[in-house]
Amino acid sequence: MADCSAQVICWRAAASIAWAVLLLPPVTAVFVILSRFSLLHPIHTISECFSLLTSAGAIFSLILLCGVILMVGFLNLEYYTVIPTIACSKIALLGQLLHPRQFVNSSAHCIMGIIVAWCCAVTIGGRYETIGYPCTHSDGSTHMCLNEYHLILLLAGAFVGFSHSLLGVIHNMNFVSFHTVQQYKYLRFKGSLPLVVKCSATQALYSVRNYVVVYFFLGYIPKAWICKTLNLHLNSSIHPLDSIAGLLDLSLLYHLWISATFLLFTWYITLLLFRIFVTEVYNFPVQSSFTEEAHQCLPKVLTDKEPMILKFLALQDLALLSQHSPSRRCEVFSLSQPGGHPHNWNAISRECLSLLADLTQRLVAYHDTVATNGRAKSLSTGSERKTSSETSVTSGTEDLMSPRPTLMMKTPASVFARSIVGGPQSPLTAPFTPDLDSPFASPSLRRLTAPVEQCSPWHGTVQSPHVMRRVPKLWSTSTDSQANGSPPPSPASVASPQQQTSKPSLLAQFLQNRKEQVKHFLAKRVLIMYLFNKLPEASSQALFADSQAHIWALEGISYLIQASFSEDQFGVVQTALPSILSCMLVLQEAVDRHFKLPHASSKPLRSASSMGDPTYKTLRFALRATLKTAIYRITTTFGDHLNAVQMSAEHRKRLQQFVEYKD
Amino acid sequence: MCSLALFPAPLPDGQTTLCESNNELLSGSDAEERPKQVRSTQPQASLGLWFDRTADRNYQLTYGGYVQHHNPILLFKKASYPELICNNSAVSFPPAVPKCLSVSSGCTLALLQWVSSFHGSLFPHLTVSYFFLSDCVVRAFAWHPHTDKFAVALLDDSIKIYNPKSATTPTLKHRLQRSVAAVQWKPLCASALAVACQNCVLVWHVDPCSLSTRPSSGCAQVLSHPGHSPVTSIAWSPSGSLLASASPMDTAVMVWDVAAESCVPLQRVGGGGVTFLSWSPDGSHVLAPTPSALFRVWETRMWTCERWPCVKGRCQSGCWSPDGSRLLFTVQGETVIYALTFTDAPGSPGISTGTSKGPQAAAVVADLSETSFNTAHGDVIVGGEIQSLAWDPRGERLAVLLKGDPQAADRPAIIAVFKTRTNPVFELLPCGFVQGEADAEPRLMQFHPSFQHGALLTVCWSSGRITHVPFYFLSAGVPHFGLSGSPLLPRPQERCSALANQSLFTEMIS
Repeated sequence: MADCSAQVICWRAAASIAWAVLLLPPVTAVFVILSRFSLLHPIHTISECFSLLTSAGAIFSLILLCGVILMVGFLNLEYYTVIPTIACSKIALLGQLLHPRQFVNSSAHCIMGIIVAWCCAVTIGGRYETIGYPCTHSDGSTHMCLNEYHLILLLAGAFVGFSHSLLGVIHNMNFVSFHTVQQYKYLRFKGSLPLVVKCSATQALYSVRNYVVVYFFLGYIPKAWICKTLNLHLNSSIHPLDSIAGLLDLSLLYHLWISATFLLFTWYITLLLFRIFVTEVYNFPVQSSFTEEAHQCLPKVLTDKEPMILKFLALQDLALLSQHSPSRRCEVFSLSQPGGHPHNWNAISRECLSLLADLTQRLVAYHDTVATNGRAKSLSTGSERKTSSETSVTSGTEDLMSPRPTLMMKTPASVFARSIVGGPQSPLTAPFTPDLDSPFASPSLRRLTAPVEQCSPWHGTVQSPHVMRRVPKLWSTSTDSQANGSPPPSPASVASPQQQTSKPSLLAQFLQNRKEQVKHFLAKRVLIMYLFNKLPEASSQALFADSQAHIWALEGISYLIQASFSEDQFGVVQTALPSILSCMLVLQEAVDRHFKLPHASSKPLRSASSMGDPTYKTLRFALRATLKTAIYRITTTFGDHLNAVQMSAEHRKRLQQFVEYKD
Repeated sequence: MCSLALFPAPLPDGQTTLCESNNELLSGSDAEERPKQVRSTQPQASLGLWFDRTADRNYQLTYGGYVQHHNPILLFKKASYPELICNNSAVSFPPAVPKCLSVSSGCTLALLQWVSSFHGSLFPHLTVSYFFLSDCVVRAFAWHPHTDKFAVALLDDSIKIYNPKSATTPTLKHRLQRSVAAVQWKPLCASALAVACQNCVLVWHVDPCSLSTRPSSGCAQVLSHPGHSPVTSIAWSPSGSLLASASPMDTAVMVWDVAAESCVPLQRVGGGGVTFLSWSPDGSHVLAPTPSALFRVWETRMWTCERWPCVKGRCQSGCWSPDGSRLLFTVQGETVIYALTFTDAPGSPGISTGTSKGPQAAAVVADLSETSFNTAHGDVIVGGEIQSLAWDPRGERLAVLLKGDPQAADRPAIIAVFKTRTNPVFELLPCGFVQGEADAEPRLMQFHPSFQHGALLTVCWSSGRITHVPFYFLSAGVPHFGLSGSPLLPRPQERCSALANQSLFTEMIS
């Protein structure tokens, strides 16, 4: 475990939070001016704002806001991931939303939303300032009455915070993507700022619209509750706000909107800064003369699995050094001083190749379970897989704990998997993880895919027979799902293994039949189908969710090979060239085959403006393009010399197509 | 410094330049004699395409591989942006409209017109005229960086792809493919072609093995960004990973991640839009001139830029040496070529990061002021302003397109070719003029990126003809990286006979 490097992430997060806190006062000042601005008295407004900003109340609310920013930054650090979680069906998404970890996140955002809204209410002042005010009843007695304006603002904060947290799950807002265009932090921040303003304003608009509708119908509940707990009265002489006339107050709507914008803007800024700081390029030393620092060197960090972000940073660094830095490339090609072994190159190439081989295996496994029309292929292919790939099927709990040797990188199967501590996950997420969530798999398919599933890494740590036995699959589709009007579950799912090899008794068979009937019955219900149907292209996205790592591996290794043509003095690369080429060609074939599947080559819709980064949706296209470019880079560099490289006839034929630029 | 006075005299009328061989430029008299001559001397010299918009025949095969091609004539007026606004606002109201309304609308329009007249002074990039909408039938031309195929964008906004190895000539048409200004093939890829259009950049994926002559518009990716139009120049990074696009009306250069269809705008204050882009062959720098007297050189590692204010006018064109260490550029209103040297050429060992100090000032390397030559048909004045520059991928020939004066008969637009040498010192030596047919002016030119036997200059003429002028020479420097290192055959005659059966283009019969 690279402790020092892991600390880097924490320091970066801390720096980003510090900047967010520093940016808070100017943002608050802009908010104050915008919220109190009146066209008729511009000078008066500004002087009033200045006096307000220096008052004790404002400073107190600023301190509160700083606390909120710290909390948001902490949550960002806690929940971020470099590999997005892709829900393959509606029910999986629902599962993500209802997960306890997500519940904690949502309630934290709710509370922070209330705090920010309270600060907004105090700074806007006027009728929003306090929750109670003295009022006189018709009989002349004075009471404390509920200030509904204050309440509506507080509840708006809670609502916006909650919806922000929910949208975060839906849009994968905790996904941190790495940019292909490197820029300095300040310039990147400056470039993204308009987008953040736009996003927060539009998102606030939608949230306020939804909130107003909700408040119109359900507003009386919190009102009554607050009145009861705080012993306040409702002023019957004032028009209630949860009515059409009360809500059609333009000034109220404006204040709701500007407060929501302020809230979302400060949070988005914190998120943006976090992303910018955390994805900054980190230079790992290629080799060190001291053994104590050896664990911080690039070849070592590359092979580490945890934390995932460090592996990504190392791969990014590898891709950049192979492209831009001749002196560091020189270190990669160098030999160890006593012994004369190319340890650096060996470690790097081995890691890259295992990444690529892993992806190939995943794609082949997926393709084998899925015929192009969504039905399973013949049983024989599946059973072949069984022998080759899986050995530790029956080891339930051990399997859960120990990383499988075949998997180099696991996709955390849910958002809730912390990428820093990627330990075993709670079994609760199991029914909602991608791909195994669809129980509409026929038993034969299930039997067929069981071993394959074990070697397909996107089930990662969650999927284990042990867990799955506790959550039995209830139903499966039959062909009449199409008669239902719903599309057939496109790429058939990889379902849970049933490892019990007990002989089916009569009773068990009877139960099995009943189960099938129940499944048939449920499969015809529209709502169930809606929940359990696969989202198109989601499984394809899930398959390539961590492909940024493969892209860097491909870039890094192909640039290194290109550079080796002139820079590699000892010929260390030449020995690995055949295996690298064949690895790339096999992957190329697998990727080509994958893109022939339905939905695999359909482009995702461009989302208009959201803080969620949609790059994960197009990673498979990026991978395909990078793979081709990488092969072309090698073929153009070596040209006819490739004829001297040993490889199978099939691969040579394929490579020849690249040499002639026909692919 | 090299000047035009050292050049051999231009050819008389009717003579066209065929090729360079044995260190001299050979010429032929006219089209009738050419096939014979071609067969005997240089095979590639006269093979070419001819897009003729006066001919009313489609695809007529003429001798020697000429292809005539008819296209609908779309003439675009050269107009600047404020002019367009003025034209739009000159609306006459129908008489039925009440007078007060028409008067008030007229006032509003006048006010708008008055405000829009400030546009030009506030934003200099808005006054750039669409110079690319010229009368030439060929709008844009691009060689594939690794093979012998090329793409030609025609005046009717269709793009044709010619490949000597395949019988099909795919025609690319798309709903959004309007006012095509530039095309470029993606490096390290067989199929991707980027097209700069009015409102977007299209990236076509044309399968080289496909037999279809009309790829569907589903093969094209659309890259668009609000406010980024018209796109007039594009440049792929030499590694094929990024695509930059620029518009004279947009101050930002867009750097696209094509697979993700996402872009990063690179914006700096000052200068206005970006008139064209040129990515250095080593991938380390991008030249981005603006419509005002300022150009920028972006460094591609962290995307920072150097500002280069010019004294006189805007940067007209520029080109990079093959190793990316030297930039040649010309300035509007001046008749010299400037050179900038960037010392941090990657590949030089010892420099770890690419942020070393750049040059301080540009040096004049060639003077192309007007020079008169005495020919048999009287004096011909050559020289003046420079339209564009092209440097061959080995860094041995530099083609300079001189604007000339379209009104004066004795001042033709002409291509001057220099021999260049970078080691031990940078040097320009005269080579000669490349001329086409009598009335044809050169419009576009590009060197073949991977010609084995020297350099091959492709010129698009105003008559719609595209010709290839090969320059046969032995490379003086080390064999260029990525090209075949096998030595060329020693004697030109033998070489020619070896080349005679290797055709660069298929002759099309249809």
